[in-house]
Amino acid sequence: MDAMVKEQTIRSVPSEGFRPSKVVAKDVDVYYGDKHAIKSLSIDIPERSVTAFIGPSGCGKSTFLRCLNRMNDTIASARVTGRIAIEGQDIYDTSLDVVQLRARVGMVFQKPNPFPKSIFENVAYGPRIHGLATSKADLEAIVIASLKKAGLYEEVKDRLGDSGTGLSGGQQQRLCIARAIAVSPEVILMDEPCSALDPIATAKIEELIDELRENYTIVIVTHSMQQAARVSQKTAFFHLGILVEEGPTDLIFTNPKERRTQDYITGRFG
Amino acid sequence: MTDAVATSTRAVDFSSEAARRHVRQRYRAEARFRLYGIGAILFAATALVVLVGDIVIKSIPAFTISELTLEVEASAEAINPDGSTDPAVIARGDFVKPIREALLARFPGAADNRRQRQQLYGLLSSDAAVALRREIVADPALIGQKLTVPVLISDDADLFYKGYVTGTETDPGRGIASPSATTGDITILSSANDFSDELVAVKRALAAEARALRGERDRLRELAVGNTADLAAMTERLAATAAGAADRATLEGQVAKLTSDRDSLASTIAGYSARITDLEARYDSAGAVETLGADQPSLLVEINGGVVKATEVGNDRISGTVLIPLRSADAAAPGTWNALLLDRPEAARKVSDQEVAWLESLENEGLVSTGFNWLFFTNGDSREAELAGILGALVGTAYTMLVTLVICLPVGVAAAIYLEEFAPKNRWTEMIEVNINNLAAVPSIVFGLLGLAVFLNFFGLPRSSPLVGGLVLALLVLPTIIIAARAALKAVPPSIREGALGVGASQQQAVFHHVLPLAMPGVLTGTIIGMAHALGETAPLLLIGMIAFIVDVPHGVTEAATVLPVQIFLWSDLPEIGFQAKTSAAIIVLLCFLFLMNGLAITLRKRFERRW
Repeated sequence: MDAMVKEQTIRSVPSEGFRPSKVVAKDVDVYYGDKHAIKSLSIDIPERSVTAFIGPSGCGKSTFLRCLNRMNDTIASARVTGRIAIEGQDIYDTSLDVVQLRARVGMVFQKPNPFPKSIFENVAYGPRIHGLATSKADLEAIVIASLKKAGLYEEVKDRLGDSGTGLSGGQQQRLCIARAIAVSPEVILMDEPCSALDPIATAKIEELIDELRENYTIVIVTHSMQQAARVSQKTAFFHLGILVEEGPTDLIFTNPKERRTQDYITGRFG
Repeated sequence: MTDAVATSTRAVDFSSEAARRHVRQRYRAEARFRLYGIGAILFAATALVVLVGDIVIKSIPAFTISELTLEVEASAEAINPDGSTDPAVIARGDFVKPIREALLARFPGAADNRRQRQQLYGLLSSDAAVALRREIVADPALIGQKLTVPVLISDDADLFYKGYVTGTETDPGRGIASPSATTGDITILSSANDFSDELVAVKRALAAEARALRGERDRLRELAVGNTADLAAMTERLAATAAGAADRATLEGQVAKLTSDRDSLASTIAGYSARITDLEARYDSAGAVETLGADQPSLLVEINGGVVKATEVGNDRISGTVLIPLRSADAAAPGTWNALLLDRPEAARKVSDQEVAWLESLENEGLVSTGFNWLFFTNGDSREAELAGILGALVGTAYTMLVTLVICLPVGVAAAIYLEEFAPKNRWTEMIEVNINNLAAVPSIVFGLLGLAVFLNFFGLPRSSPLVGGLVLALLVLPTIIIAARAALKAVPPSIREGALGVGASQQQAVFHHVLPLAMPGVLTGTIIGMAHALGETAPLLLIGMIAFIVDVPHGVTEAATVLPVQIFLWSDLPEIGFQAKTSAAIIVLLCFLFLMNGLAITLRKRFERRW
């Protein structure tokens, strides 16, 4: 067991040209009360590409994802040790403002959760509270740009005042993505964003992710290996709170080094 | 494989008699349950209808009031004897005197007798001159002219017009009536047996009185029987005890008392028996002339512009005293004169026959108008039943509710938000939560004691003011609002909170921009419940002094005031019929206030309601 933990420092050869690391995690432990959920995890997330976390249910991938924007702070019993740095800055440093962190690291959740406000208000809320717009016209421009980037603008451009909750599931999720990118984050975290959607909506979102990765660093948690294979450039396999293996997506899926990874990919468990 | 299938499946026969019986039983049970439900609703609805109906019916007299319209000479000697032009001096003039003079001019027969004059003036309300004063003060040039003004009448006169003092029956005369004179004691002869109905009514009243007396006498006879037995027993005991024994003195005293009881009972019974015999004799004699005393129904004859009170009545004649002088002693044609029977005897009512005569005369001349009682809504409380109004209590309630709302809503919602969203979950917050739940169950009078001790005695805030009342009620209502607000906040799905945090909102921004608006319907429901509770609270407000008799309408939250529930409580204690009706009317006003408050809150809640 310890031998495998030490082997986590395997550096895989990047297949798409070298990209510097945006997020560096080192020896991160997460405890929920007495339960040791994440065990001594270290990983690098390259910038402007898609990194996928895969693994069976309850293996800690969502937990680790939530550490990256400190959403675990809202859970009273959660305790995080270790170092997570974004562009060299430790995000658990006491001098760091967690609100600003969350503007730099956006999040899209598993079940689409638009605010029960209008579509415009949904997207405009973030820029407004962070003071990103200097005038009403400016705010409108930001909203329209975000909706366009999320691929939703054409469908809702003449009903921006309608309630966000009146959209279909796929549209709601794209709205949530638009909401997340409206504050111009550097990293976008996606926690199983397509698990509640139908295949066509899923395809649209995957297309969107592919476009977004030109400008944003994306980390996506998914329990669909096909999705990870389609969408990501780097994949990390989690099991029981431990990072078992990580590397370029094509290598992981064609030639994994670890037995457990092999078993999971071929469907022996999970 | 086939064996497993054969033994594992058991066919259920839904068409068998047993199955059908089950189905029938189920239908019957469902029908019974529906019946219980309908029965429960009917019971509740009936109770509600009966309660509300009773209050509404009792309150009707309070909503109308009768007024006299008199032509009054606004004489300068009474109103402005010094000839001043200062409006303040004019306003202090004697406006009652011209009205009294106008009334006296209508009934000159009362002028000579001081007592009668006082009776006549007693028909007016103590505030009768309010309309006259208003007109003169608005335009002092009217002094010296004849004005037609509405005049308020006393509550007994008002009640007479509403029919609560006595029932009146008017019979137009069928024959020709011939009075013997125009004033003093006169006789009126009728060519037809016009007074037979009245005579019958009188005899019936006599019979009823005899019946009542018989009942009383029988009761006393039973007491006498018991008394005799006790006396015999006591006398025996007295005889049995020795001469020097200690209890001989008490026994002798008791024997003496019982003996005197026996004698007084005997004499009372004898008196009753005599009266019963007398009444029955009068009842049985047909055609004779009956004397009408104060204990019998009154008979008044309206003839030739005057009124005669009958002291003796026969089939075709009456003798009596003139209450209002007749114009002439000429015979009156059939249909031009009336016999008026008042079924409640004079001794049993507050309005005498003379006063009834005056009031009837005024009504016959068309000077009395009945309209909606706006005074009820524009006056404060008063000792006079006809002047008492609800405005003081209404304004007091409004101020008190305002203070309560302003204090308990922000404090309650803020406390709930803090406890739910920001407070660390440790032993202290748990203790606070337990205590808040307990506070919601504390009897309301305890808050009154708290208010008395802390707000009045320690802080020295003005007694009986809406400020202190509002503070006390706010403390009462606070636990309810906190509990309801916390429940509403808990009910907001965490996905909303997470969505807001994910976009980079702070905890405070997430709560105030997203969670609180979604929790608003629940918060407002809690507010409605709390405020409705506070509106009807009487006990704590009594303790902080709001039981005082406040006449003025309060103009601020620090002036002494009363509230609607306390006003209802005070009025319900007063014996005058006018106040009884006003109690029910005040209850209706309180209910309307409640509906308005709730309606406002429900509208607000609907506006905030969003689906997510």
